[in-house]
Amino acid sequence: MTERATTSAISVSGLTRQFGDFTAVDSISFEVGQGEVFGFLGANGAGKTTAIRMLIGLLAPSAGTARVAGFDVATDAEQVRRRIGYMSQRFSLYEDLTLRENIALYGGIYGLSDEEIRTRGGRLITDLALGSHADDLVRTLPLGWKQKLAFSVAMLHRPGVVFLDEPTGGVDPVTRRQFWEMIYEAAGRGTTVFVTTHYLDEAEYCDRICIMVDGRIAALGTPEALKSEFTAASLDEVFVRLARGTGAAA
Amino acid sequence: MTSASAGTAGIVASAGGAPVVVEQVAKRFGATVALHEVSFEVRAAELFGLVGPDGGGKTTLFRILTTLMSPDSGRATVLGRDVVRDLWEIRARVGYMPGRFSLYGDLSVEENLQFFASVFGTSLDEGYELIAPIYSQIERFKDRRASALSGGMKQKLALSCALVHRPELLLLDEPTTGVDAVSRREFWDLLHELQRGGLTIVVSTPYMDEASRCDRVALIQQGRVLAIDEPAAIGSRFPRPLFAVKARARAALLTALRAYPHTASALPFGDAVHFSDARVVLGPDRVMSELLAYLHGEGIADAAVVPTVPGIEDAFIELMGTIPELGAV
Repeated sequence: MTERATTSAISVSGLTRQFGDFTAVDSISFEVGQGEVFGFLGANGAGKTTAIRMLIGLLAPSAGTARVAGFDVATDAEQVRRRIGYMSQRFSLYEDLTLRENIALYGGIYGLSDEEIRTRGGRLITDLALGSHADDLVRTLPLGWKQKLAFSVAMLHRPGVVFLDEPTGGVDPVTRRQFWEMIYEAAGRGTTVFVTTHYLDEAEYCDRICIMVDGRIAALGTPEALKSEFTAASLDEVFVRLARGTGAAA
Repeated sequence: MTSASAGTAGIVASAGGAPVVVEQVAKRFGATVALHEVSFEVRAAELFGLVGPDGGGKTTLFRILTTLMSPDSGRATVLGRDVVRDLWEIRARVGYMPGRFSLYGDLSVEENLQFFASVFGTSLDEGYELIAPIYSQIERFKDRRASALSGGMKQKLALSCALVHRPELLLLDEPTTGVDAVSRREFWDLLHELQRGGLTIVVSTPYMDEASRCDRVALIQQGRVLAIDEPAAIGSRFPRPLFAVKARARAALLTALRAYPHTASALPFGDAVHFSDARVVLGPDRVMSELLAYLHGEGIADAAVVPTVPGIEDAFIELMGTIPELGAV
């Protein structure tokens, strides 16, 4: 949606990760601009999760460098983790805590003051129209609400970069679209959004997408550019042509 | 057990009709209604899809059909047997692949298969022919622990385990969730191969695009069946002519379409916005020319509009809107 700015929120060069003699991520390089919505796609086992774990400072690279939100993920992982938000489909909120308790917990982890937690948390609940559910346990919420809440909580400390790992899996088609509007709003406020998805219609909503195959970047560009590069009518076609790489696991 | 029950199965199936009959089945958990009097039938050798988002009641339905849970009211038969009364007969004759990986991680690929075969009183050799097209793809890893398999391989092992006792009905709860688009296609190809062998298959999925791979689908949302039909026919339930609108500035386009006084629906679909006009009596040419004039007036000079055929997701969203409590998000 937005023009790519000159400053990079994510800057990756020759990033590599090996597990024994298996190279999960094989010297990938790319830049993501401030406020960009960057789609990170690939088949299962292509190296997406390993790459994300390095970018969020949870896994040390074997070689290469990555700077995220101004800091090196290998030498300043703690600084990186303070400046990013992260949400995964599998785990993001504590099911046995209420909405309000989750907000307080994550606000506290990210070092917000009690006052900030109160005001930002209150606004978050109002924006999502969840006022009547603020003291409900998270596990009682429908999945779509949970995912929107998890995204808002990941944004509570106003991170410069947010990583979303399959945020819309299994979510109904209306909520899935509302979720993307939240992504656009965040990007419009300058937050860089790094997102993975298995829905290829959602890949069309990204400013640029990167397709990983066997640990390497097989394609990188705007959806329009990739479709014309591969003379394909849809990104689905591009993906299918690329994603079944030579050595991909069954 | 298998040979004896296979004999009676033939009689019941030929005499009794549909392999799965669900009649006004309702189920609640405390205050939550998981199923609101759901009814449908699955025909012999049909590939039937339960399509809808998580929390719709798909898993509850599978648990009832596999006799793991009883309905509060209503009635269901599987292969001519009642799911409450005849549970043991049903269990021997259906194959079930639950949504969560439920094999034994500490057993090898081959040991898992042998275990499931022995539970059903058969052997891997006896069941080999049916699972061969799937199992051959993972057989070279047969000594590997199941926990060390990739997602795609786990899925193929789970399907093999569900088939090893040669069931007459296969029930698959979200087998492709979290699986990439290419592996998903391959999985559906496998299901079609099994179906050609005469197997009846009921499969659930949250991916609307997979509905087109089924013979018929039931769209399910919050415990209600929104529609049951052939995939191509479901799209035609969309009640108005539909148009695909494109422009480079997509956010501005969506905002403008929502502000247009005649908009009945405007939703992003990939690189286009699907639009329908509330004035259903207007011809498509009028709709398109008036819309283009409006968009040009809003400064969206490169807007392009073409008629488009509504798909399952268009129909699903429209049908969601017909149930009042579903709109409240």
